[in-house]
Amino acid sequence: MNIYQELILDHYQNPRCHGKLSMQSGTFHLENPSCGDIIDMQILIRNNRIQDIAFEGKGCAISQASASLLCEHAKGSRVEDIKQYDAHTIIELLGIDIGPARMKCALLSLETLHSLIRTAENRSVSNK
Amino acid sequence: MSLKQDFPIFQNQPNMVYLDSTATSLKPDKVIQKILEYYQQYSANVFRGLYPLSERATSEFERVREITSAFIHASGPDEIVFTRNTSESLNLLAYTLCQTFPEDSEIAVTNMEHHSNFVPWQQKAIEKGFRFISIPFDAQGRISPETLTRYITPKTRVLACTHISNVLGTINPIQEISRAAKAINPNILIIVDAAQSAAHIPLQVQNLGCDFLAFSSHKMFGPTGVGVLWGKKDILNSLPPFLYGGEMVEAVYEEKTIFKVAPHKFEAGTPAIGEVIGFGAALEYIQSVGFETIHEIESSVTQYAGERLKEVFGENIVLFGPDIHIPRAPLFSFTLSAAHPHDIAQVLAEDDICIRAGSHCTMPLHTQLRLDSPASARASFSIYTEKKDIDALIVGLQKVVKIFKK
Repeated sequence: MNIYQELILDHYQNPRCHGKLSMQSGTFHLENPSCGDIIDMQILIRNNRIQDIAFEGKGCAISQASASLLCEHAKGSRVEDIKQYDAHTIIELLGIDIGPARMKCALLSLETLHSLIRTAENRSVSNK
Repeated sequence: MSLKQDFPIFQNQPNMVYLDSTATSLKPDKVIQKILEYYQQYSANVFRGLYPLSERATSEFERVREITSAFIHASGPDEIVFTRNTSESLNLLAYTLCQTFPEDSEIAVTNMEHHSNFVPWQQKAIEKGFRFISIPFDAQGRISPETLTRYITPKTRVLACTHISNVLGTINPIQEISRAAKAINPNILIIVDAAQSAAHIPLQVQNLGCDFLAFSSHKMFGPTGVGVLWGKKDILNSLPPFLYGGEMVEAVYEEKTIFKVAPHKFEAGTPAIGEVIGFGAALEYIQSVGFETIHEIESSVTQYAGERLKEVFGENIVLFGPDIHIPRAPLFSFTLSAAHPHDIAQVLAEDDICIRAGSHCTMPLHTQLRLDSPASARASFSIYTEKKDIDALIVGLQKVVKIFKK
């Protein structure tokens, strides 16, 4: 089956949650240096929930569509729930098994989001 | 014309369009049979056995050293060291040579090196405090002998340069490069990565003017797990050992060890016996086909690919390296404006078309090209590639464009 389903192509070509936030709790940049996939992500945390999230990036369809799908899914969710997200979450969002060679592309945005949450939490601990 | 019938994989994978020979070549039946013969008839260890099977294994193994020496026109079999692959050959040099250099030494590589001829030198330079220089290629994707004079100094001990770029397809003029470098420092050692040239153009180490040359069996129709390092006998013997162990020693005492001379000094432990013997069959296969025929098949398919890609995709494709009409290695790296290289390769894979996508172990090269993403797609060809394989590639790429059309 073709992995470039309508859903993936749609999110690649018309990414959701795309751009920058005016108010944010943190911003994080991550890339796969070997293939050039880049994700810049921002979140706004209020009451332990992701109140807002946005990303910008470039790279292959899988990396960018995953970011779009993940941001859409994470928006409004509890931070504690997002910490449990893993490779299966992303594969479910993509709606298709993408094979080991592309997992790095697919997981870049999740890694970015997890780093963002860790950084935001560390900051709030050190502020206390 | 192609030599597809010599490669049994095509009977098992009849729909496969294999365009990744730069990564590894397919294996002809003769090579596979030769390896089987060793494992089924005389799979004894080499050197130590006093019984006939071991003697046969030793003589078949050592015969490959002679075949290899003749293949690259070396002075003799004792200039041929068997390693695991090109990377190990180059690491052997970086580890042993750098031990012998004074503190103020400089090491030069080029921006088009595969990581295996870049990273070992870079790391040793960092460790020893040597100045490390990477020489850029020109707009046509060449290392020109004139450029060298701006980077090489009398303190440059090593110039590590590839014969053929695995991404650009450039064939570097090693003879002129060696001459230009040695004019600045007569003692500079020229180290040539011939991994991409050994299966495509005849190698004559005496004419190349280099001091060391490395290549791999698996890129020239032979099995994986075998690499070659060629070096001049006196220089090889002046180097310290790389790995210690069995087979490489003359005598061992509690307080000291006496090492064998080259090449066995550099071959610690049981070698890849069956694979080296299979490699010998690969070299004989290449010789039986002949470089003239190889060139005829590969240049015709490469030219066809270059023309078709330009014709069909025009401004939407960027082909790397020298102009398509300049002699080049049988490969094209490219980017398509429609899609990221990974997406291109994935769409093609669905139709059983095997190409490579990524940085091809050449990040410094992709950095110099200043691409949007440091990645490219690459189609590479060999003696079993036919024009219909190129046609399948074109159709596949048209599908990519269609899928990613907004």
